[in-house]
Amino acid sequence: MAPQQRKPHVCRNPELIRGVGKYSRSKMYHKRGLWAIKAKNGGAFPKHEKKAVDAAPAEKPPKFYPADDVKKPLVNKRKARPTKLRASITPGTVLIILAGRFKGKRVVFLKQLTSGLLLVTGPFKINGVPLRRVNQSYVIATSTKVDISGVNVEKFDDKYFGKKVEKKKKKGEGEFFEAEKEEKNTLPQDKKDDQKSVDAALIQSIEAVPDLKSYLGARFSLKAGMKPHELVF
Amino acid sequence: MPFKRYVEIGRIALVNYGKDYGKLVVIVDVIDQNRALVDAPDMVRGQMNFKRLTLTDIKIDIKRVPNKKTLIAAMEAADVKNKWENSSWGRKLIVQKKRASLNDFDRFKVMLAKIKKAGVVRQELAKLKKETA
Repeated sequence: MAPQQRKPHVCRNPELIRGVGKYSRSKMYHKRGLWAIKAKNGGAFPKHEKKAVDAAPAEKPPKFYPADDVKKPLVNKRKARPTKLRASITPGTVLIILAGRFKGKRVVFLKQLTSGLLLVTGPFKINGVPLRRVNQSYVIATSTKVDISGVNVEKFDDKYFGKKVEKKKKKGEGEFFEAEKEEKNTLPQDKKDDQKSVDAALIQSIEAVPDLKSYLGARFSLKAGMKPHELVF
Repeated sequence: MPFKRYVEIGRIALVNYGKDYGKLVVIVDVIDQNRALVDAPDMVRGQMNFKRLTLTDIKIDIKRVPNKKTLIAAMEAADVKNKWENSSWGRKLIVQKKRASLNDFDRFKVMLAKIKKAGVVRQELAKLKKETA
């Protein structure tokens, strides 16, 4: 009741052919009730006075004119926004990854990040796919959905997945190589904890559906006789 | 090998080409050597080339070109739908349609079921082999 509900207005002058209406000008004048508006206003159409326009401040002629005409760049009103998400991909959809290290893996979609990439998780315990970003183009969306309501994905964004920038060590070239390589290989503990907390709620809702766990653990492959353009995913 | 299924008024046929592919229609009149007037409860009565039709075993009792109401009543009386769905041809088509509409998850479940069934069969076979050996 709060927003004003207006019934969509029916056309008063239906089109017979493009450019030709059913009713003539005089009939339309009568239909619109302009005679009634005039009568209410005492014989003339109601006018309201124009708002007084302030005189524009006097412009001084410019001091400098460039020798050649400078071209103005064309106006560009496009806004950067994340890639349009396919209608078949909603939070909780099972996706099939088609390329990369995890090709063929069936994975649960969590949310779309601001860069347009999809945030996805295995869950890690089920098929070894960690919290990861994946491009929409390299993914087939199946129609199987998992209940994702118990999962909190607010804290994940593109910066979380970015490469860690370390301060450059310019001194001590001899020690440089050995020290660096030992540190980089392990995942920080807080990322492992994030994975566990996201997966805990997910795995519960996955185990509620029979066979879904083994489904997510298995890889997808095309077998003999399967025609991708005829398959329903 | 004499013919068993004849083109006659009341013969049910399956459309095998065109916009109405897969529908069951009744031959309601014969126009000429190649074409029949064909009707079904959910379509407008129209002509179809015999080449687009495959005759079935089912026949209903109607007069030439009945009106829609009579046609539907005759189809109910002959129980065309159930006869078709219980025939092996009809059942095959239903299974094909079901298979084509399977989801990726459904296909996985079917695979698991097949493996299970094969396992049970193999166990029984092994038992029988043991008894005879």
